[in-house]
Amino acid sequence: MTLDRRSLLTGVAATAAATAASTVSGPAEASAKTAPADAVGLLYDTTLCIGCKTCVVACREANNKKPDTSNSNGLWDAPLDLNGQTKNIIKLYKDPDSPQRSYVKAQCMHCIDPACVGACMIGALQKREMGIVTYKPELCSGCRYCQVACPFEIPKFEWSSKAPLMVKCELCNHRLAEGKLPGCVEVCPRHAVIYGTREALLADAKKRIADHPDRYRGYRDADPPRVFGETDGGGTQCLILSHVPQEKLGLPALEETSQANATRTIQHGVYQGFVAPLALYAFLGAVVFRNKRSQDKDGGAA
Amino acid sequence: MSAVLHRPAPLGGPIVTKGMRALVVLAALGVAAMVYRFAGGLGAATALNDGYPWGLWIAFDVVTGTALGCGGYAVALLVYVLNKGQFHPLVRPALLTSALGYSLAAVSIMLDVGRPWLLYRVPTYVKHWNYSSALFEVALCVMAYVAVLWIEVSPSFLERWREGPAGLFKSLGDNLLPVLEKALPFVIALGLLLPTMHQSSLGVLMLLAGKKLHPLWSTPLLPLLFLISCLAMGYAVVVFESTLSSVAFKRPREGRMLAGLGKAVVPFLWAWAGIRLVDILLRGKLSLLFALDWLVLLFLVEIALIVVPAVLLMSPARRESPGGLFRAAVLMILAGTLYRIDTFIVAFHPGAQYAYFPSLAEMLATVGIVAIEILAYVFFVKRFPILTGAAPAHRPAPSQ
Repeated sequence: MTLDRRSLLTGVAATAAATAASTVSGPAEASAKTAPADAVGLLYDTTLCIGCKTCVVACREANNKKPDTSNSNGLWDAPLDLNGQTKNIIKLYKDPDSPQRSYVKAQCMHCIDPACVGACMIGALQKREMGIVTYKPELCSGCRYCQVACPFEIPKFEWSSKAPLMVKCELCNHRLAEGKLPGCVEVCPRHAVIYGTREALLADAKKRIADHPDRYRGYRDADPPRVFGETDGGGTQCLILSHVPQEKLGLPALEETSQANATRTIQHGVYQGFVAPLALYAFLGAVVFRNKRSQDKDGGAA
Repeated sequence: MSAVLHRPAPLGGPIVTKGMRALVVLAALGVAAMVYRFAGGLGAATALNDGYPWGLWIAFDVVTGTALGCGGYAVALLVYVLNKGQFHPLVRPALLTSALGYSLAAVSIMLDVGRPWLLYRVPTYVKHWNYSSALFEVALCVMAYVAVLWIEVSPSFLERWREGPAGLFKSLGDNLLPVLEKALPFVIALGLLLPTMHQSSLGVLMLLAGKKLHPLWSTPLLPLLFLISCLAMGYAVVVFESTLSSVAFKRPREGRMLAGLGKAVVPFLWAWAGIRLVDILLRGKLSLLFALDWLVLLFLVEIALIVVPAVLLMSPARRESPGGLFRAAVLMILAGTLYRIDTFIVAFHPGAQYAYFPSLAEMLATVGIVAIEILAYVFFVKRFPILTGAAPAHRPAPSQ
């Protein structure tokens, strides 16, 4: 029995052809997504936020979520992070080496090209009207791939439920439909979080930086002031201005192209029109048919 | 004296043995853990959390389990694509192991998802299909492949039934076998296509995690690496399983054939380790290796687990030696397992506030599933024509 190494490597090449072909080809900027024309979002400015957490309460009321009293012996609403009953939270950042501090608001960023949407098998999470990443429970089997994918750790799972759903901010689209503002925006006493079209919010944010270049910071200490979300991870519809480097606020360092795009390039490269799999199947079918017939003739068992 | 047979035959012998009883206990504990998961919910039964939404069940049972179930794929590639007919006797046991491995991976998916009763919507809600989702591709392919595997294994059942007493089963055997014989090349081709697709897509899964996955693991070549490594694991599992069943059932070892597999797997091992290292070099991440933290250590262990069996198996003498070949197979299985668990859990960093170590229920369910797999394998090889080559060295017990 001689196994020729070259024929084996040819075999690997044959079966891996489809994968290799696409993985080797570079990133296709052509498939990068841009914000829909009617994209809406939030602009949160840490210099205005006083940490009153009224938005956290308003979010619960707007979304029918019970207060999270698990950290306070059942006494008051005190979630430590976003969770299965908390879609919006205000966290406090304290610099260990200086008196510098900042609040930071966490909720879904409504990415322009969301990883969660790229992950979701049958579109339970999808960008729908106004680019809002919305959730349809009837399409969700609870696989939690969206959680693996999300760079902001936003989607949360109802771990204690026996029919668990994913929980995340949907920009109060039910309130928007009634002509109301998102819960958090409506109650903010300092207008630290405002609602608008992404275009208007981005212009507003850039004007604030232009008017007060000393007030705002960039991603890292040394960076010039910038709007977080303009390009991060391919851009987000919710934007953040901060007076503390954004890295310190726990915001992730993301490329300017979305991870969803990088993955899509591979998936689409391999499965474009299903041509490669069909061609591979035809090839395999022909080879197997020929080889099996010759082997059966030689008297091998089926 | 063992007579050499050229057709697969049931081993016979008693099903209930001491070893089997122990496995039944483990299986029962596993089933109890599964019941607890549904009665108490995922939060109560598992250590999973919002940072580590995937744990042991996905990383081991599904991702590693299906790769260990690639024996059928790997041997079919050798026999039917590279036309190495001499490996034919390995096809049936490999396909049976694959069918069991994939079927139980499907059970683990049912355990892991929050609302398994809605999973039927993934294949049926056609207009909602997300062609960009690697998980969607994996789900459809795995569902289809489980069916394909059982069709590929079914001649073993049909042959047995055809020789049985008249009745429904016998007529099934009489009528289906000829049809199946004609269709088999196309089923086999599907059985080669589907694992190529979903084993590579399993690698794409963690690519979407982006920077949460450590750069030594996160590469656009993940799909290629997962594909190559599943083939290496496939050959290793066939060697492992065949060696163990020759010991357990006191049958002569299929020595020359297994040595052939040991030779066949070498290029896959070199490709696996070589592509990983060249990829890290080309992506400019080589300097990460000098961090010498424990993730780097794990990476080096992974590479060693690939390179050591590759070197061992390059020597014909070691390939021919039952112990040497078996040890190499164990190393390869460990390499693939560690690579997958690292990619899905250990090298995945959602943030410092999250930690994960599997709960007792998760571990019991996983052990139980492996036990069920072994139990089913033993049952099938004793009752159905799976193993070829030699009659059992002991007389079948009359209880059959």
